[in-house]
Amino acid sequence: MIRRALGSVVRITAVNLLTLPQRVGPSLVVVVGIAGVVGVLVSVLAMADGFRHTLASTGRSGRVIMLRAGSDAEMSSGIGREQAALLAGLPGIARDAAGRPLATAELVVMVDLPRHGQSHPNNVPFRGVGPAAFDIRDEVKIVEGRRFARGVREVMVGRRASAEFAGVGVGSRIAFRDSDWTVVGVFESGGDVHESEIWADAEVAASAFRRATYQSLTATLADGSDAGLAALTDLVARDRRLSVSVQREPEYYARQSRTLSWLIEVLGYTVAVFMAVGATFGALNCMYMAVASRQVEIATLRAIGFGGFPVVVSVMIEALLLASLGGAIGGGLAYVYCDGATLSTLNFNTFSQVAFAFRVTPGLLARGFVWALIIGIAGGLLPALRAATLPVTVALRTG
Amino acid sequence: MKHLPLVWAGLFRRKTRTFLTLASVIVAFLLFGLLQAVQTAFEAGADTADAKRLLTTARYSIIEPLPMAHLRRIEQVPGVVGVAHAEWFGAKYQNESNAFAVFAVDPARYLDIYPQFTIDPAQRQAFIQSRTGALAGQRLVDRFHWKLGQKLPLNSEIHPKADGSMSWEFDLVGIIDADDPAVRRNTDIVLINAKYFDEARLVGKGRTGWYIERIADPAQARAISAEIDRLFANSPDETKTQPEKEFAIGFAKQIGDIGALVARILVAVFFTILILTGNTMAQSLRERIPELAILKTLGFSDGRVTALVLAEAALLLLIGGALGMAAAVGIMPFVNGSTGGRFPPLFVEGQTWLRAAVIVAALALAVGLPPALRARRLRIVQALAGHR
Repeated sequence: MIRRALGSVVRITAVNLLTLPQRVGPSLVVVVGIAGVVGVLVSVLAMADGFRHTLASTGRSGRVIMLRAGSDAEMSSGIGREQAALLAGLPGIARDAAGRPLATAELVVMVDLPRHGQSHPNNVPFRGVGPAAFDIRDEVKIVEGRRFARGVREVMVGRRASAEFAGVGVGSRIAFRDSDWTVVGVFESGGDVHESEIWADAEVAASAFRRATYQSLTATLADGSDAGLAALTDLVARDRRLSVSVQREPEYYARQSRTLSWLIEVLGYTVAVFMAVGATFGALNCMYMAVASRQVEIATLRAIGFGGFPVVVSVMIEALLLASLGGAIGGGLAYVYCDGATLSTLNFNTFSQVAFAFRVTPGLLARGFVWALIIGIAGGLLPALRAATLPVTVALRTG
Repeated sequence: MKHLPLVWAGLFRRKTRTFLTLASVIVAFLLFGLLQAVQTAFEAGADTADAKRLLTTARYSIIEPLPMAHLRRIEQVPGVVGVAHAEWFGAKYQNESNAFAVFAVDPARYLDIYPQFTIDPAQRQAFIQSRTGALAGQRLVDRFHWKLGQKLPLNSEIHPKADGSMSWEFDLVGIIDADDPAVRRNTDIVLINAKYFDEARLVGKGRTGWYIERIADPAQARAISAEIDRLFANSPDETKTQPEKEFAIGFAKQIGDIGALVARILVAVFFTILILTGNTMAQSLRERIPELAILKTLGFSDGRVTALVLAEAALLLLIGGALGMAAAVGIMPFVNGSTGGRFPPLFVEGQTWLRAAVIVAALALAVGLPPALRARRLRIVQALAGHR
């Protein structure tokens, strides 16, 4: 019984698919429509994902960032020199072989740089880091040139900043404020947010930008467990000279991505939903046409004993096949054109430029494909039911 | 025009098909209206910018403060008729960072420079006279259910008070608004009195964030900008002065190529629509070859038949485009309501309608021309014989 039903499904479907070449136009509509939806959805979500990934991959859970209590971002924070010294000396913070604390008091100023081929300025973060910064952030690697020397106006530029902004190649000189800086190196740090920054010696930067205070202190925990963090937080809270919040780095950076990734996702989903509705109408149209053009044939099959069920299934299979093709093309286009493409934008949480790469992940491709199948089902079901339920006599007479 | 019923009948010959195609066109233009509104919101500053306003910021970074003493010297520059200054307060309200912008300003100077903002004269006077007074935009007042005369507790993320506390309190003494919806976007702000703010803060006294100059003659904008910057050249506080519009465009550019992104999405949308309607038109024509042949037999010229087919495509897109844009206008209040004022108000501008009209015309040609030309070439005898 089941074998017979299955057999008829296979046979009718085969007939359907064999006639597909005669309906290239309408079928193309389904494929292109769905490819458009999936392509737009996947590429916009890949953008949100890449942005989130860049911020989320910044920092290690064994490290903490300390800001002035109440500040959500480094730009609005301030930590005095005495405070920084006090914090670095706390027992909860790890020390290197020579007994120096693994802590770096840093200041961040925004400098204006144009993008390649443009003249409009962009807020690029310029970070002054302490001597321990390289021991603490061991993910930082020089890919070209060398590190800046301490005590002189030299900078190294993050890989993404150097790709995005003009005039920061190794050897070039950049004028900020009343100071000239020489670019001596390019660094990478595993694709995180620091790659959008320019780094220099904190003391030199403080004097050049006339800053009396730091903005943050990043340190490695002596004990990276929750208990270790709690002990440190407790110590800081009890010291009345300090009004400082302590957070694990990943938590801090993840929070920085909230506003923008929310905005991108809302935009992406809104557009995709509308496009999907449009594409569903297109698919409905096409499948109605497909069914209408084979009305006599389907009715004949039913007249000689094929049931309604195989007819429904065969139409659905055709719709899903076209939808899959569209989904695959859309996902493929998004992958080819977007994956790895870099973009730099203003992060509203930090008011500074962040460069990041689109990430077309298998998860996103799968999500796009599911959307394609849903559109296929929505577009195929009504025409399939119509084909299966139209009385045979009517179908044969009007066909 | 007299052929409208004929075109109409041709269009709705297959109702399901036409309605489905129409629905896709409507959705496409709805999306067009919405995305254009988002795009103009991102570039908002640029179209409300006044050619008679210049903006002076620190030369190397817009977030570096400038000395208040620059004010008197800028005022002396020939061609400058008014100067105001403002500073970013960095507000945190109800635990949300930058829920809205708060500027510390000189009340009279600031309101004089932005005449597009409407305010009750008594409230304006109250703001000028009270040290702790604050003005808020109407949209903010609605969003947070504030009442005139109430205390406004704001935390600053940047500026501590003399006692080290970051909590400030102001009195809401007035409400600003604007008639032009585009300007209204810029009223999502709270203004506080810079005099009080500067006295009460711990650090950074005697400095302000940026200056806004009003000039008499927009044609002189560049010369005056250069003149202002020359005043402070080689000082520790060099400046960069530019027309407001340039500043706004530059700021929008910081966000990156939102415009390019939106354009790419729209190309994908309309390409899909093109394929879809093109296919419908071709299909519809194929079915009606004998009918068109009969029309020609009845004496319709080749040109007239071509026009009929083309008109059908144009009518379909026109109806779809108009309904889609109307739908975009219709759902805008709901979109604005659902963002809770977090996003600047969106609205469909006149220019967007114009662009939609151009797209309708272009799509009508692209979609209608191939079948129209086919109809033109139709030989009556063959057309009648070839079909069953």
